[in-house]
Amino acid sequence: MADNTFYNEILTEHNMRPLYKHKLPEANFTLEGINPNCGDDIILNLKIEDGKIVKGSFEGSGCAISQASVDMMLDLVIGKSKEEALRIADLFLRMIKGEADEKEIEELDEASILKDISHMPARVKCAVLGWHTMKEIFEKHDAGEK
Amino acid sequence: MKNFNFKYSDNDIRKDFPLISQTGLAYLDNAATSQKPYSVLEAVKNYYEKENANPMRGLYDLSIRATEAYEKARKMAAEFINSPETHNIIFTRNASESLNLVAYSYGMEFIKEGDEILVSITEHHSNLLPWQYVAKKKGAVLRFLECESDGNISLETFKKAITKNTKIVAITHISNVLGRKNPIKEFTKEAHAAGAVVVLDGAQSVPHIKIDVKDLDIDFLAFSGHKMLAPMGIGALYGKSELLEKMPPFLYGGEMIESVNRDFAVFAQVPHKFEAGTVNAGGAVGLTAAIEYINKIGFDEIEARELYLTKTVFDECKDEEHVHIVGSQKPEEHHGIITFTVDDVHPHDIAQILSSENIAVRAGHHCAQPLINHLGMMSAARASLAFYNTRDEVLRFCEALKGLRKKMGYGR
Repeated sequence: MADNTFYNEILTEHNMRPLYKHKLPEANFTLEGINPNCGDDIILNLKIEDGKIVKGSFEGSGCAISQASVDMMLDLVIGKSKEEALRIADLFLRMIKGEADEKEIEELDEASILKDISHMPARVKCAVLGWHTMKEIFEKHDAGEK
Repeated sequence: MKNFNFKYSDNDIRKDFPLISQTGLAYLDNAATSQKPYSVLEAVKNYYEKENANPMRGLYDLSIRATEAYEKARKMAAEFINSPETHNIIFTRNASESLNLVAYSYGMEFIKEGDEILVSITEHHSNLLPWQYVAKKKGAVLRFLECESDGNISLETFKKAITKNTKIVAITHISNVLGRKNPIKEFTKEAHAAGAVVVLDGAQSVPHIKIDVKDLDIDFLAFSGHKMLAPMGIGALYGKSELLEKMPPFLYGGEMIESVNRDFAVFAQVPHKFEAGTVNAGGAVGLTAAIEYINKIGFDEIEARELYLTKTVFDECKDEEHVHIVGSQKPEEHHGIITFTVDDVHPHDIAQILSSENIAVRAGHHCAQPLINHLGMMSAARASLAFYNTRDEVLRFCEALKGLRKKMGYGR
């Protein structure tokens, strides 16, 4: 039987009452991420200034895991430098692959509740959608695009 | 529901299915694949222990026995759907391969620029994508039969969609999302009057209702063994003789020829013309055992049990304001397929939470993305029932459904 301990208050709270689900007119980077299997569809908005994530939000719809994951991600990366956000993202992605150790995972705070997704291949794409979208934004940022 | 009088008790049936009788799993994903009874598993084992040789090749006794076992399966499959002759059955891997066979062999050979191929919006991708390909390659027009919100495609809609240019009607018998059965006999009459052939996707109908290809008068029927108790990897295509005879082979290779020269070959008779390479004799033997099992239970019993279970779900959910059953609101129009949504709970979360309660349902677009979009959804969850499911299992499913929103943090 699958272990679904991540359907807990932290996840349902981020899903029902997300902190960062709103429009962000001042964003200078906006990118859509789609997971066709699930039908998850999010738009990630970031305001990046001097290599720092000043503000962030998301819009769209999807399963609780995709929604909560992106909300928890924004909670972790807003106020951080792009490099630091990238390091956290890589740590999260390693956790989802089952490659991060307990101590590293602690650093992910609430997002660590998704660690059991590593045993659920069908849900991996939901959990990583926001994180991959953020990494793509950074690539565009580095390439000087908007 | 006292008016149901079943021939078999739940236990009579369930003791035959190791996977569901030995676990507490409520397996409600039967439209994806069925579970297998001991008789099928033993038949396959027995074939490989006692009869295994390459069919149709060897001159020794063992190969002859393998050939007989394989050809017996063809005869069983033919009788099962009331095919006029045994040779109308071509063995394939599954319904998808059967549909591809028709598209590549019949479609690519006989469809011309400007011809129309009519499909329904309710098709599984298996009966849509091959026709998209043929239409694109041949410059033909792919047209859609739209369904109403309850899944109904009326004869009027069908008549309007058929034109003098329609050459193929590719349609499902029972939708894998809505469970709705199309009036195929009536559609076929109209299609034939316009000069079109009818390709029927029977993946969801052949396991659950009695099919009579002579009565329906369809030109092709595709179905999978694995959805009707047989192993994965064996399926069939029924085709009318005059069509199969004029169609070119689909796959080329061993055992589908009469003679081969340096630059040409004479192909074998139907059905062997379409069965290149070593066949799945073990799978075919499993299909024989599956058909024998279904015949023993009988379609009257299968349909009655599945309707009873479907009605149970409808009754349990009728007062649940947040649970919505997609398609018709009449259980008898669902053939055991119940696609549903729960307000504010994404289908993938539904399936995951039900899984933690040892209930298996499917979630997603069910390989019918155009239909899901047509119905204004992104995805949905689906419970699909089989005759070996029980009232207790569906009640457990309904109870879990009622608790879902609470689990996700909503008041009720």
